[in-house]
Amino acid sequence: MSEPVIRFRNLTLGYDRHPAVHHLSGEIRPGALLAVVGPNGAGKSTLLKGLVGETLPLQGGFELGIPADEIAYLPQISDIDHSFPVSVFDMVAMGLWRRVGGFGGLRRQDIERVHHTLAKVGLAGFEQRQIGKLSGGQLQRARFARMMLQDCRLLLLDEPFNAIDSRTTDDLLSLIANWHAEGRTVLAVLHDLERVGRYFPECLLIARELIAFGPTAEVLTSANLARARVLAEQFEEDAPVCHRHPDETPV
Amino acid sequence: MFEFFVAPFLEFEFMRRALAGSLALALGATPIGLFLLLRRMSLMGDAMSHAILPGAALGYLAFGLSLGAMTIGGIVAGIIVAMAAGLVARASILKEDASLAAFYLMSLAAGVLIVSLRGRNLDLLHVLFGSVLALDDASLLLIASITTLTLFALALLYRPLVLECFDPGFLRGVSRLSPVAHYGFLILVVLNLVSGFHTLGTLMAVGIMILPAAAARLWATRLPTMIASSVIIALASGAAGLLTSFHADVPAGPAIVLAAGIAYVLSLILAPGGLIGPRLYRRPHLEY
Repeated sequence: MSEPVIRFRNLTLGYDRHPAVHHLSGEIRPGALLAVVGPNGAGKSTLLKGLVGETLPLQGGFELGIPADEIAYLPQISDIDHSFPVSVFDMVAMGLWRRVGGFGGLRRQDIERVHHTLAKVGLAGFEQRQIGKLSGGQLQRARFARMMLQDCRLLLLDEPFNAIDSRTTDDLLSLIANWHAEGRTVLAVLHDLERVGRYFPECLLIARELIAFGPTAEVLTSANLARARVLAEQFEEDAPVCHRHPDETPV
Repeated sequence: MFEFFVAPFLEFEFMRRALAGSLALALGATPIGLFLLLRRMSLMGDAMSHAILPGAALGYLAFGLSLGAMTIGGIVAGIIVAMAAGLVARASILKEDASLAAFYLMSLAAGVLIVSLRGRNLDLLHVLFGSVLALDDASLLLIASITTLTLFALALLYRPLVLECFDPGFLRGVSRLSPVAHYGFLILVVLNLVSGFHTLGTLMAVGIMILPAAAARLWATRLPTMIASSVIIALASGAAGLLTSFHADVPAGPAIVLAAGIAYVLSLILAPGGLIGPRLYRRPHLEY
């Protein structure tokens, strides 16, 4: 068995001392296709933000089995300014950042790779279109194309199918299946449990703390889901200080 | 024609200097203004221009109307306010606009107070409204240097800055250039405001940054065309404003800003992105 891609060590992430992800431990093996599932406020997005370093742990931590620049992260779509005047080609070409950086030029084969990738996500002919003129589904296809050009070993997707129609979702899911076949590790935050069951062999169910982790059929039981709903809603302004795992000191 | 458009510049050296100064300002400050506009920071530019005042005023208090002292004071004050406002926005519950507004109101008050300590109203007018018709060699050199630096820095920062504008999360994910782009851009804003401060004064320096940019935004859809057209509008406004000032005997700074304002209003009416434009250029719809 090879090194895990991510090893969580009693990871606690949160805001204002309130944990959003509480004492998470576990390992994710290379090549896993993992759905991160849980109710709203369960800490799913926070977990991905923690992995890319946008949120610092309140306690514990995690180890990566790969270099940090092998992570590609797709935040929720609302973070983009659609009205900014930039073409689909220019936006997607930024996926080549690791090769061209902030200042390098695109070579002929880079340009061909961008065209090729756009064709793969079904956006051939859209190169010169402004991103503001794309529909929500097309913009998400463009973001997937950019992620493909990033060519990373660990892919993190935060609710990639929010407000996306079912045909686009199916197309994008088949792209994710390709990444899985190429041996990449994929973590996707998802809400559609039916699709999770169909496409994702493994599942991480969290509700502020780990409920279950393993093969999807064993994780998504009604008992687990009911427990997740109760735990995610707990929030008290004057909650007592947490004393679990007192051996770990804050990082 | 020749008499009207060219003769004033041939005849009078102060007009040639004013033209050189306002053209240099347009070349550097307008692209910066366009990025301010696209980042929805137009009002922030306005606030920053006021923030420069107390620094320039302190320089004035210590050394009189000295170019170097007022420039350095202005740059230092501008950068301090930009950084402090950014810090307050990140570390307190106030958003960036509120914290900037607080800082610039204090700065403006402090600036006017400091200038009046020294006592001459004429100098206060100079600081508030600039002196495009009285640019000396040193001022011209300063404006041209700032413009040169701005254009090189923009060319270098272009890709990170564009990404920082429309998808900052992605930029943070792939590189550490996000703060470089953000703070580098803020420093360019301050530098160009100081440059504009010498020509158009603190109160109107932002005019030549934002008005041509807003007009260009209404015409162009692609960023490179937008930058080019905003610079052309700014250059034309500079020349038109100076000619108006010469022939109608009105102050040059406001004339330049108003010329850019007219370009903006015309664009607002006629451009494809404006009020009547979409109806004017209406063409039959396509099959699919």
